[in-house]
Amino acid sequence: MPYHTRIHQIRPLLGFFLPGALTGILLSAPLLVLLFRGADAGLQGYLADPSVLDAARLSLWTSVISLLVTLVLGTPLAYTLARWSFRYKNWVEIFIDLPIVLPPLVAGIGLLLTFGRNGFFGAGLDSLGIHLPFTTAAVIFAQTFVSAPLYIRAARLGFANIPPELIEAAYTDGATEHVLFWRIMLPLASRAMLNGMILSWSRAFGEFGATIIFAGNLQGFTQTMPLAIFQGFEVNLGTALGISLLLILISGVVLFALRKVEGETIPTG
Amino acid sequence: MKLNTVISLLLIGVFVLSGCGSPAAASPTAAAAITMKIFAPSSLTDAARELAANFEASHPGVKVAIEFGHSPTQRLQFTEGATGDVFMTASQKDMTDAIADKSVAEGAARVFASNKLVIILSPKNAPNLGKLEDLSSAGVKLLVGNTDIPVGMMTMQALDKMDKQIGAGFKQQVIANIVSNEAGVKPIVSKTKLDEADAGIVYISDTISAPDLKTISIPDELNMVSKLNIAPLANSTHADLAAAFCDYVVSAEGQAVLQKWGFLPAK
Repeated sequence: MPYHTRIHQIRPLLGFFLPGALTGILLSAPLLVLLFRGADAGLQGYLADPSVLDAARLSLWTSVISLLVTLVLGTPLAYTLARWSFRYKNWVEIFIDLPIVLPPLVAGIGLLLTFGRNGFFGAGLDSLGIHLPFTTAAVIFAQTFVSAPLYIRAARLGFANIPPELIEAAYTDGATEHVLFWRIMLPLASRAMLNGMILSWSRAFGEFGATIIFAGNLQGFTQTMPLAIFQGFEVNLGTALGISLLLILISGVVLFALRKVEGETIPTG
Repeated sequence: MKLNTVISLLLIGVFVLSGCGSPAAASPTAAAAITMKIFAPSSLTDAARELAANFEASHPGVKVAIEFGHSPTQRLQFTEGATGDVFMTASQKDMTDAIADKSVAEGAARVFASNKLVIILSPKNAPNLGKLEDLSSAGVKLLVGNTDIPVGMMTMQALDKMDKQIGAGFKQQVIANIVSNEAGVKPIVSKTKLDEADAGIVYISDTISAPDLKTISIPDELNMVSKLNIAPLANSTHADLAAAFCDYVVSAEGQAVLQKWGFLPAK
């Protein structure tokens, strides 16, 4: 549990407070300016535009689906990496983490060259009748690709932080691998997993670069909010501001809700 | 110990990289150079680079930095405080807007080239497209520019003309074939080249840098022509150089460079 100290002497703490306050101002200023100027420009006017609502709806549901895909596919991977060691595991971990640092445009090109019609798996997908580029599925693909590593990383650390004695004790009590996972590991790592989900969803919701390359830009199908903002910026700042404001509001509400849930889960270790 | 090693390695890396990248080390005369900044549309990438290199060669001590982007975005950037010396636009409208914003002085703009649309085909050309009318065949994956950038606007206007001549709901069918409204001409060319789309509508100048792409030309009476404009920026701090650059671009020499890269004469 973190504990808060009472401030006895201000002076020795200034070395922390001043840089801290400066960082806080630098990070929040652009957001606050966007909020003020967006509110000034009149949000209701832009909400009436069907393209804005289409983008908001698309962004919301695709980012939720990609979060679900990340959860279902990412959790076993995170668990495997945390529980067992194997050859070249370090390399596997680096490769899984790489999309985090990759510029999203690079991720988009990689996706296009891999899963595109003429890509590495293109012929195979084609024989199954699947064409990914320029579809809503490609939006989810791009979001998952760039955001899943954040969740996997957080969940892996969560699982790895569970004391080995607990696992030993569970084995001694005759727990099977399944019981161990569902009844002990999952609840204990839940806070770390939730934290990873927050990071992962935020990244997916704000995804731009990989989406515009791999999925393209078509209203109602592939034009998510960040793409609509980008396109809006070409015409007039007001439209871009309106959608930006909406994006910040939705993100704020979701992050607030997730933090509340996070606060109510049992802390790990 | 371990942390020390990591930090030392990082520091060494930073020193090595900053040493290599330092322009002062590369050229002793760099201190005296004037850098002028030009804003140009991405459709002008190759041509503008060559124009800038020639201008640098004839103006010792001057360095030309080019910022490529969408003309409408760049115009907005000026109103938000971006500074520079010359503005080159992909269309007449962008320059008219910039003049209305007072980013460019009235009467300062000149047309320096024109451009028109062409249809590019993917290398595989799976749907076997051969003529303009084929664009409306069901299932063709078509890429166009979004209607907020000049190429996208021209595409829609050209489709209107074609619709009148060809009829039978041509425009509606073509629009139904659009799989993405791309943010620029270069992504349309790249994605079509990669065979991810069957066709794209771009500027004829874009096909110069991709000579292997098959094209379907659009007859002049159904095509749209864009007028590329150039003007010194009102807030330029190198007004003489900015004017000299504009003069060079409209001169015979400048025109030759532009035509080499597929642009049509200003007329």
